Amino acid sequence: MYKYDEYDQQMVDARVAEFADQVKRHLASEITEDQFKPLRLMNGLYLQLHAYMLRVAVPYGTLDSRQMRMLAHIARKYDRDYGHFTTRQNIQYNWIKLEDAPAILADLASVEMHAIQTSGNCIRNISSDQWAGAAADELTDPRPWAELLRQWSSFHPEFSYLPRKFKIAVIAAEEDRAAMRLHDIGIQIVEKGGVHGAAFYVGGGMGRTPMIAPLINDFVPLDDLLSYTEACLRVYNRYGRRDNIYKARIKILIHELGADEYRRQVEEEFAHVKSLGIDPPKAEFDRIAAQFAMPPLDASASDEIDRSDPDFAVWVDQNVAAHKVPGHAIVNISLKPLGGIPGDASSAQIDLMADLAGKFSHDELRVTHAQNIVLPHVRKADLFAIWQALDAADLATPNLDLISDIIACPGLDYCSLANARSIPVAQKIAQRFADPARQRDLGELKLKISGCINACGHHHAGHIGILGVDRKGTENYQLLLGGSGAEDVSLGTITGPGFDEDGIVDAIERVTDKYLSERTDGERFVDTYRRVGMAPFKEAIYG
Amino acid sequence: MVEHLQADGEEPCVTLDAFLDQSNATAVRLESDEDARALIPHLDRLKLIEVAFPKFRDGRGYSSGRILREAGFTGELRAQGDVLVDQIGYLKRCGFDSFAPEKDLNPADVEAALTRWPEHYQGAADGAVPIWKLRHG
Repeated sequence: MYKYDEYDQQMVDARVAEFADQVKRHLASEITEDQFKPLRLMNGLYLQLHAYMLRVAVPYGTLDSRQMRMLAHIARKYDRDYGHFTTRQNIQYNWIKLEDAPAILADLASVEMHAIQTSGNCIRNISSDQWAGAAADELTDPRPWAELLRQWSSFHPEFSYLPRKFKIAVIAAEEDRAAMRLHDIGIQIVEKGGVHGAAFYVGGGMGRTPMIAPLINDFVPLDDLLSYTEACLRVYNRYGRRDNIYKARIKILIHELGADEYRRQVEEEFAHVKSLGIDPPKAEFDRIAAQFAMPPLDASASDEIDRSDPDFAVWVDQNVAAHKVPGHAIVNISLKPLGGIPGDASSAQIDLMADLAGKFSHDELRVTHAQNIVLPHVRKADLFAIWQALDAADLATPNLDLISDIIACPGLDYCSLANARSIPVAQKIAQRFADPARQRDLGELKLKISGCINACGHHHAGHIGILGVDRKGTENYQLLLGGSGAEDVSLGTITGPGFDEDGIVDAIERVTDKYLSERTDGERFVDTYRRVGMAPFKEAIYG
Repeated sequence: MVEHLQADGEEPCVTLDAFLDQSNATAVRLESDEDARALIPHLDRLKLIEVAFPKFRDGRGYSSGRILREAGFTGELRAQGDVLVDQIGYLKRCGFDSFAPEKDLNPADVEAALTRWPEHYQGAADGAVPIWKLRHG
């Protein structure tokens, strides 16, 4: 994975010094709260319901064990002994003291990490496929392009005061594991005539106006990747709406202009930007790509897995994925234990996962947008030992992509924007479907919960989505069906009137029962929904 | 180097509309929602372009600055309005070489902000050599 050189380190160190100075000036009342707010936000520091929350960037979700241990250290030293992995492959800490923030950033900088641009109206952490570099189905490793974009977007002078936040994802497989088309820019590395290029999807997003990004260019030459991205951003920075925060995302601009007119403006800007020489030479890409080289995996390693322990066999079937090198596998560690808080991990669990990465996964870990952790490069012969260690730490729940592998935002338990709690609803649903055999029978079923219309819990993209709203002072939950954040991307549809906390769990059970009675062989929940439509489900829910 | 104050006796800026109607003005003010490219045919007779920053969160002026420099404007490019010390470094990178903040800035803070970053990742309008070029000579 990518290692900082002196320049990268210098940038992060300068940022630590800058933020320490800004905090000092704020604490001395030299800058007002209003002026300090965008500065702390650009360093990932939010003011939440009970305390400051710090969001730490995990670029394209990739970490080594030393960095993972630092995340545990921060949880232990500055927080309440746990962290929360997020849908943008980052980690956030919920109980931070403002005066500790500069020291935390300095600790992070000592392991080549930071919280730069994890908030604010700027280009956020670049996300990617959590199986990048390991997936059997990928065209190439997308992370070198993500790293190139990370550097280009860091402290970008023109794009640090955009109309609104800006999220970019890069993938290089047909299977979309990063919700690419629900980003402001989704880039897919594709092949045409033996040459790789970048398909640009621009103007996707969730929030109160969910949109699937239209294809703006099906093949941008990779030498032009940064110029083209810069052109996309410049058109947005100049013409994105600034009169209404709810209409300020690029999706609204593209919706109002139309994809064709936006494309025309981008192409015109690109013709100019291309002449500025902002694209690095191939040597720079090669320098970065070399650091993402596949670790030395032994392709003659045994493909056999001893499945004699039945619990282990269930976990292998559910949580282990195909690796591109024979004899190897990708391990998905579920952070969704029964009754747990989706995405939370204690410092002891974080340390354990770091240890396993060091011992069994060539020192690499990934954070997934579904709030789980991945060990990307594991020998099949080591799977049993890994499973035993995970199981002892309550990290071996075999529920990847099943109904209890729930994405949930922090909700009203933490978030100052929330209207309703998400965590207790997730816990009740997981309890209702606690029987592992029942979950497996239901098959792939992506359930996603947001505690407000901002949709941090991706409810629009859930096969089953839940949106918490405030209805006359009480929490009320709307149910959506038929969304997807994957390559079959779609937006969910609201079933009808909402429910209280227990009612939503009952409604979901009626929906899954209906699915079981309607499905044909091999159909996932979302396939059945698409075939039969909303009506039978509505009938089952409301009678 | 950076100037903080409007020089005495300089020609006042005219609005973009007035400038486009009046060929002899040499100083123009561009509001944040006005198209910097409207000035491109006239850059050679402009001494000063003042770009408005009505709120520090309104970042359109950063693009205006770069567009004007990229088009070859060599006169004074001034950022006027809600210009704060923590924006000065970005403004300079976008080609601004003078600042007329509504509230006075502490010169020591300005100096610190402008010298904080020894290098930069990306090319912009200030002539700084991007890090990728430093890496490859």
